[in-house]
Parts: sequence; C-alpha cells; structure tokens
Amino acid sequence: MSTRIHRRRHAKNIAAQVLASAATLLALAFLVWILWETISRGLQAIGISLFTKITAYADQGGLANAIVGSAIIDAMAIALSAPIGVMAGAYLAEYARSTRLGATIRFLNDILLSAPSIVLGLFVYVIVVLPMTAVTNGTTTFSALAGSIALALIGLPVIVRTTDEMLQLVPSTLREAALSLGIPQWKLTVQVLMRAAGSGILTGVLLALARLSGETAPLLFTAFGNNYMAFGPLEKMASLPAAIYQYTNDPNPALHAIAWAGALLIALFVLALSLLARTVFARGKTSHD
Amino acid sequence: MSVASVTLDSNRGRDRTDARNDALFRWALRFCALLVLAALLGAALSTLWGGREVLFGDGWRFLTSAQWNPVENRYGAWAPIYGTLVTSLIAIVIAVPLSFGIALFLTEIAPAWLRAPIGTGIELLAAIPSIIYGMWGLFVFVPFMAAHVDPLLDASLGRLPWIGTLFQGPPLGLGLLTAGIVLAVMIVPFISSVMREVFQTVPVRLKESAYALGSTTWEVAWDIVLPYTRQAVIGGIFLGLGRALGETMAVTFVLGNAYGLTASLLMPGTSISSSIANEFNEAAGLHRSALIALGFLLFVVTFIVLLIARWMLRSLQRKAGKA
Repeated sequence: MSTRIHRRRHAKNIAAQVLASAATLLALAFLVWILWETISRGLQAIGISLFTKITAYADQGGLANAIVGSAIIDAMAIALSAPIGVMAGAYLAEYARSTRLGATIRFLNDILLSAPSIVLGLFVYVIVVLPMTAVTNGTTTFSALAGSIALALIGLPVIVRTTDEMLQLVPSTLREAALSLGIPQWKLTVQVLMRAAGSGILTGVLLALARLSGETAPLLFTAFGNNYMAFGPLEKMASLPAAIYQYTNDPNPALHAIAWAGALLIALFVLALSLLARTVFARGKTSHD
Repeated sequence: MSVASVTLDSNRGRDRTDARNDALFRWALRFCALLVLAALLGAALSTLWGGREVLFGDGWRFLTSAQWNPVENRYGAWAPIYGTLVTSLIAIVIAVPLSFGIALFLTEIAPAWLRAPIGTGIELLAAIPSIIYGMWGLFVFVPFMAAHVDPLLDASLGRLPWIGTLFQGPPLGLGLLTAGIVLAVMIVPFISSVMREVFQTVPVRLKESAYALGSTTWEVAWDIVLPYTRQAVIGGIFLGLGRALGETMAVTFVLGNAYGLTASLLMPGTSISSSIANEFNEAAGLHRSALIALGFLLFVVTFIVLLIARWMLRSLQRKAGKA
C-alpha cells in the first residue's frame, strides 16, 4: 500500500521534471529556430549593394536609405529620451523616494513600459503629425521627427526605471558625506551620484536603444517611409523596420530576401547592444567594489 | 569692512544662488518625471479625440457590430476585438504552463552551472524585435503549420463533437491559432522571468522543511512554492497578457487580415493592432477615425490589464521588502 503511494508520487515527480525540462528545451528550440532562419536567410542577401543602393531600385536595390534613416531616427529618439529619462529617474530616486507622487509615477512608468507601441504611434500621429500638417498646409506631414518622438516614448520608461533603481543603489553614506561638505543637492546629484551610478544608467540607455531600434508599428504612421535618401528631420524618412514591413508584405520573393538581410542587421544590432549593456553593467559593478 | 564679513557676505550670496539652483533643478527633474504621466494621459486623450467621430457617433454599436465596411463607411469593432481576445487567450493557455515549466526547471531542477546560460537564452527571446517574429512567422512558421500541424488537427481534434468546430478548416497555416502560438513564444520570457524571480523569494527554510518531511521536488513546487507566490504569479500572467493584447507586428503577418467571424481557430482573422497597422495609411476620414478609436479601445484594455498586473506584483515587492 505505502509503496504504491510512494511509487505514484515518485512517478509524478519524474513526469513533472521531464515536462519542465521539455518546456525549457522547447523555448530554446524556438530561439534557435528563429535565430537560425534569420541568420541563414539574411546572409544570402547580404552584399555590397545592400549598403550602397537605396530602396527605390526595389529588387535591384538595397537598404542604404533605410539604414541611414534608422540611424538618424534612433539617434534623435535616444537624444530625446535619455536626458528626460535620466532626469525623471533622478527625481524618483532623489526627491520622491517614498512620496505618494513618486510611487504613482513609478507605477505608471511600469505600465508605460509595456503599453502597446502601436497606440504610442497613434498618439504621436494625433499630437505631432496632424498639427504639423495643419500648420504647414500639408507640405510637411509625416516626419522623421515624429518617428523619433514615438520611439522616444518607447525608450523613456526603460531609462526612467533603470536610472531610478541604480541611483537608489548608491550608498547613502556618499550623499551624507557630500552634503556635509556643503555641496548643493543638484551638484551632489549630477557630479557625485550620477557618476557613481554611471555605468548602471548607461546600461539603461543602451537597453532603451536596443528596445526602440527594433520597433516597427509606431513608425508606420509617424516617419512613414521614403524610397529615397532623406536627412532632414521634417522629411518622411525610411527606416529598417518599416522597410522590412513593406518588403515582407510584397509578393516579390526577391524583396523578401532583402527583408531578411535587413532583419539580420536589426537582430545583430539589438543583440550586440544587449551584450554591450551587460558588459558595461558588469564592469561598472566590479569597479565599484 | 573686515575680511571676515566679506567672506560671510559672499557666502550668503552663494547660499542664495545654491538654494535657487537647487529649486530650479528640483523643478526641472519634477517636470521630466511628470512627462511620464503626460505620455500615458496624452495617449489616452489623443486617441479618444482622434476617434471621437466613431466613439461618440456610434456608441455601443461600434463595439458590438461585426460589420467593418470601408466602402459603405460603417465600422463595427467586434471582429478585431474577437481576434485580439482569442489570439491572446491562446497565447496565455500555451505560455503559462510553458513558463511555469521553465521557471521550475531554472529554480529547482537544473544544475547551478546551467541556470545562468539557459536563463540568458530565454531572456534573448524577449530581445528579438517583433518584426522578426512576424517575418519568421509568415515565411517559416506558417508553412510549417500548413504542412504539419493544421492537417493533423483537422483530422484528429476536428472530428470530435463540440470542440471539433474549433479545429476544422483548410490547412492555410495563417490564422488565429498560428498567431496565438507566435504570441505565446513572445510572452514566455516575460512570464517565466517573473515566475523565476518570485520563486526565488520563497524562504529556503520553508522549502527545506517540506523536503525534510519527504516531499518530492514537484510537491514542493506545487504545494509550497506556487501557493506562496500565487499573487505575483498571477501578476506575471497578466503582464504577459498585456503584452499579447498590444502586440502588432508578430500577429499582423500571420493572422491573414480577414474580417469574417468563424468559430474555427484555423481560419484567418484580424486583431485590433493588425487592423490599425494594415489599414491606417490607406484610410481617410471616418475610416481613420474608426482605426484611432480601435487604438483607444486597445489602450484602455491593456491599461486595465497592466494595472492589475502591476498591482499584484507590487504587493509582492512589499512582502519581500518586509521579510
């Protein structure tokens, strides 16, 4: 009798362990599958023309304008979100650590972190693209600036959260020591605390860049797209994710190949940034001790 | 005037500028922090404003009507709402047991040296941009479903009474089930990382007591760890649900963009986010307003789901802070 119960519990335990291991293997299999397809299909279409020709040549062309456009839009987005995010994070950590306003902002920031990006795109469409169209009588409609504002909204909560957390980790003895020397609080925050938490804050900025550089949905109705080179922030601008979206929807298989090459570029960029963020964070940690 | 009073005066001046700068700095920081609130509030209000013609013009009919007809300029959101709910539900049904398995493996079963690399691998799934999920879904996973999974489901589960209608249909590959599976893969890293994190907050002595009484690993996980962390686990599931509801690119390619309502999960459908992505740039007037109204709906629903998620996760953080 007791051996039967024991045997049944044992069998259940083995089954659970096997299933849990299988679940992990399945998730890893999907990871390998997705990465493998992206790498193998992407490599086939990577060549010089991918970086030198623009999308106007369609299947004879490349993604040069999309790469340049993505670089410009992403750079503007991070230039917008990094200072605002770091300052907002500093407010939460230094001035609102245990106030009700701080708790509310922290809470809503976490919601913004997983808010649907397509709605943020619509938001920027309504508050930037529509007014811009009205003011300029339709000469400026979709613009790289609008795209970068939409992406900045996606990067912002990442930076706010990491800055907040990293500043909270700085030992309070550092604050007390600096304040006892008579340093004003803004100087303490900027020159002492932010320096101490520097690598952590940089990690947050890198993660935000990794996150926003892969976003597609909000760009469709803000930066729109452009088959030619564009550099002005008020022009419609091509971007890698939007170009991939457009090419994937096209029935022409030659364009699919180019889209895979673009996907590989984005994947490499995002993974490299994630790794860089990890190493920056790890190095900051060791030098601190 | 003595030397001492001069330095005192200049010190007082400096105190004053310091105080002014501190106040300025504080206000600048507070302004930036309030921008976070403004972003959320603005997203809600602007989509409400952009969709006002349809939201206030049609009222409840916008939610309940399944007729989406740009030619006659009539818009009912039921088909996209249905698609969003069904795909997210499929994703949750698949992702929750998978994530639990992964979290269990990474906290109780795997040898210590294996935990970090495998954990990183699972987290990498979250780092892959959604457009790549979409491409992989359309070019790789859809043909796979059409060739292997759909015919199998049609021939087995499709024959059963009642639930059979869910799995009947031509092997298109595209459809609600495929979109749900792709979403499941996307949200697994989010749910499993929350589970893994909270499983580690369970006091070791609690688990060791159970082991000392002769519990198996499974019994410890199911009867000790899970009840202890239930609330946060539900929070993690809602977090994944929030992600699944709002995800655009991964589902847009594999859903098939069809407004017809069918009981079968193997048939194409549409979702709120994919309707917006597919149609927005060709839409004008009332059509565009209807799409922005869809965006408002999506925002409200995800906001509520994420609110619940964060609420449940927050109380756990408090508990962990106290312990």
